Amino acid sequence: MEIILDVTDLHIEFHDSDSPETAVEDFDLMLADGEIVGIVGESGSGKSMSALAIAGLLNRHAIKKTGRIMFEGHDLLTCDRKTLRSFQGDEISIIFQEPMTSLNPVKRIGWQVEEPLRIHHPEIKKQERKERAIAMLRDVGLENAEEVYFMYPHELSGGMRQRVMIAAAMIGNPQILIADEPTTALDVTVQAQIVELLKKINREKRTSIIFISHDLSLVSQLCERVIVMQKGNIVESGDTKTVFSRPRHTYTKKLIAAIPKIDLDN
Amino acid sequence: MNNSKLKKLLKNPYVFIGGIIMGLILLMIIVGFFWMPYEPTKMSASEKLQGISLRHIMGTDNMGRDVFSRVMYGSRVTLMIAIGTIIIGAGVGTIIGSITGYYGGMIDEVTMRVIDALFAFPSILLALVIVSVFGVGWPQLVISLGIAFVPSFARIVRGEVLRCKNMDYIENARLQGVSDFRMIFLHILPNIKGVLASSILIGFNNAVLAEAGLSYLGVGSQPPYASLGRMLSDAQQYMFTRPSYVLCPGIVIVLMVLGFAFLGEGIKRWK
Amino acid sequence: MKYTLKKLSSTIVTLIVVSLCVFLAFNVLPGDPAIRMLGLEASPELVAQTREKMGLNDPVLVRYFRWFVAFWQGDFGTSYTYSVPVASLILSKIPITLTLGLLAFLFTVVISIPVGIATAKYENGILDRTITVVNQVIMAIPPFFSGILITFIFGMIFKFFTPGGFVSYTDDVRGFLRYLLFPSVAIAFPKIAMTVKMLRGNLIDESGKDYARTAYSRGNNTNGVLYRHVLKNAMIPVITFLGMALADMVAGSIVIEQVFNIPGISRILLSSISNRDYPVVEAIIMGIAIIVIGTNFLVDIIYRIIDPRIDIDD
Repeated sequence: MEIILDVTDLHIEFHDSDSPETAVEDFDLMLADGEIVGIVGESGSGKSMSALAIAGLLNRHAIKKTGRIMFEGHDLLTCDRKTLRSFQGDEISIIFQEPMTSLNPVKRIGWQVEEPLRIHHPEIKKQERKERAIAMLRDVGLENAEEVYFMYPHELSGGMRQRVMIAAAMIGNPQILIADEPTTALDVTVQAQIVELLKKINREKRTSIIFISHDLSLVSQLCERVIVMQKGNIVESGDTKTVFSRPRHTYTKKLIAAIPKIDLDN
Repeated sequence: MNNSKLKKLLKNPYVFIGGIIMGLILLMIIVGFFWMPYEPTKMSASEKLQGISLRHIMGTDNMGRDVFSRVMYGSRVTLMIAIGTIIIGAGVGTIIGSITGYYGGMIDEVTMRVIDALFAFPSILLALVIVSVFGVGWPQLVISLGIAFVPSFARIVRGEVLRCKNMDYIENARLQGVSDFRMIFLHILPNIKGVLASSILIGFNNAVLAEAGLSYLGVGSQPPYASLGRMLSDAQQYMFTRPSYVLCPGIVIVLMVLGFAFLGEGIKRWK
Repeated sequence: MKYTLKKLSSTIVTLIVVSLCVFLAFNVLPGDPAIRMLGLEASPELVAQTREKMGLNDPVLVRYFRWFVAFWQGDFGTSYTYSVPVASLILSKIPITLTLGLLAFLFTVVISIPVGIATAKYENGILDRTITVVNQVIMAIPPFFSGILITFIFGMIFKFFTPGGFVSYTDDVRGFLRYLLFPSVAIAFPKIAMTVKMLRGNLIDESGKDYARTAYSRGNNTNGVLYRHVLKNAMIPVITFLGMALADMVAGSIVIEQVFNIPGISRILLSSISNRDYPVVEAIIMGIAIIVIGTNFLVDIIYRIIDPRIDIDD
């Protein structure tokens, strides 16, 4: 399998307060083509920070990043902004935890879904763009895609908005989809649907997915490989089944013990 | 308020600058109650339109009156009118805002419609209507500006009361059977004093501007005891011959407004 | 459409309420308008006759209704002081005041929006810091004082215009506009400062929201996020403010007309106030009220176009 993303020694420091705070330390990740990797940990463990860094969204002056994020021969940490932007939304997409606020409230759904195409493929005609957006909306499970195309975010439920976010993320057919706690803000039934949708995308389009969550059961359903993070460090990583059945680190054990168990069989 | 909080407030550059400006102006006004270099209405045919000198530190006006003494007196008039305006505006506004916000329903609906219509109406025009009904003079000016300032205070207080009304401790007090009157004045209003303080300071800033504008139009305080706005309208035609006569009262108005604005901004940021 | 109709009906209600207030304010006053019109020496018979003719013996609501209907037909009553129709006194002055207010509004929009965007874009840069301080000072200068300063600097020293040399729009439209240029700047100054401050704050707030981050994640550059995403959201409250500012600036031109010696509504309004010539004052106040209420209606409509979240039930 081909490695498409190679993160080595990622180090993220915040310089907002008087003493610098380390958010992520010695983070390594190799992502293969078509693979789903999970990153788990509680809030503040640095999992979202790592994801945002890969997506190129940590650009404030007060943040210091070192290490390497290699993608298509470029180091995303040091390459120029233009190169980084050419990947964003086209080769590397991201969806967020809060579907309620992640869409622009005053723009139509269709306009927002089409945006990556407008930016990265201006040669595509308006009519084709629209057709692709509607097809994409249908692909992510929005039945009345033609109507949704003309709607505004406030007219949709949280689950539908997250589907719209996924449609916009997938319209450029990216190599990598980063899902930063995409189900946390949603109802349990909707959570399962979104996870199914991600599985389907991975299966049909062979998109590699980095799935970030604090929910171990979701991760075990979806991911082949898992990285466990605590206080900015990777404490354990490996094959999901192995990690969950024979956790070596005490923190992983604690996380697994914290999952409420419903044993209907026994 | 404890010491460290107070220290932090004084460290705020807005409060610091605003405090210095207002301190100087207040000092000038207070000194003016006991001593002024000249009688502000005393004319002198031989000393018309003089420039800045040691004898007259802001020069003299077209009737030979000492501009500095007149500025001292005029600032007092302007500040008094502003205080009167704020007492009426903030007082009535707070009562209306807290009652409508607290009880809601029909009273709220009707009152706020009228308040909204008034709010959209330029305050200078509202004041002109009232002055034209009650006549020209400073008491009328205070009443009309006061009324013109009611809507903005009513809106702010109502919004804050609505915000506080559903907080846990208010619910608790209600369950303990606290009367509505006590609830509004002892439980809710103290809770919004920060917002109220900064809107009162901003209100002062607007009141000084509005007073100056109306006095400039000649519907405020009447000569010979002129407010700063009135002085400017008298001085305007001498801009070319004696700029200091226009600039001195003008700059004092600007400083007064700036002082209130900085204090208000500082309190807003400090909260 | 339903929204527009709803707003229109509430606008009409507001208009009726405001006009009733204006009418009552001037009609519950002590003093007999007939005597005021005829003078104190008039015979009681003549006064009674005039009262009958003026309809002063009818109930106040009937008089209001008659006045309201007449107002919309362009009949604003008769001036007490000059005994001529009010319309003949004020109609020719309205374009002057209105042009002044609209010019000031135009300046406010054209200057404050780009400056607001620039300060937000380069937040905490030298330009931003300078403008923030300058803004505070400008907001503290009363328009008539800046008017006096402008007259002095641009009129007397640089001679860009002749103070007091007003040109009527009936004679020379270009000269008229040129003369109004500086007064309208004086009116616009504080509003520009306020709008810049508000727009800057909104833009910075909106740029920190989640949807802006989403926009970056799709490959937008800073300008793309700013102009295609953030600006529209940040403008929503600014539009309400500008609507109120327009009304304020039309009212503010009353003061500025005095400074620049412009024969607009101001002079007749002020002299009517001191002469207690109520029909004139009433008509002018109503005229400005119509502008204010009409502007609010327009703002509501524009709001609806920009912000899709507004429900019809609102």
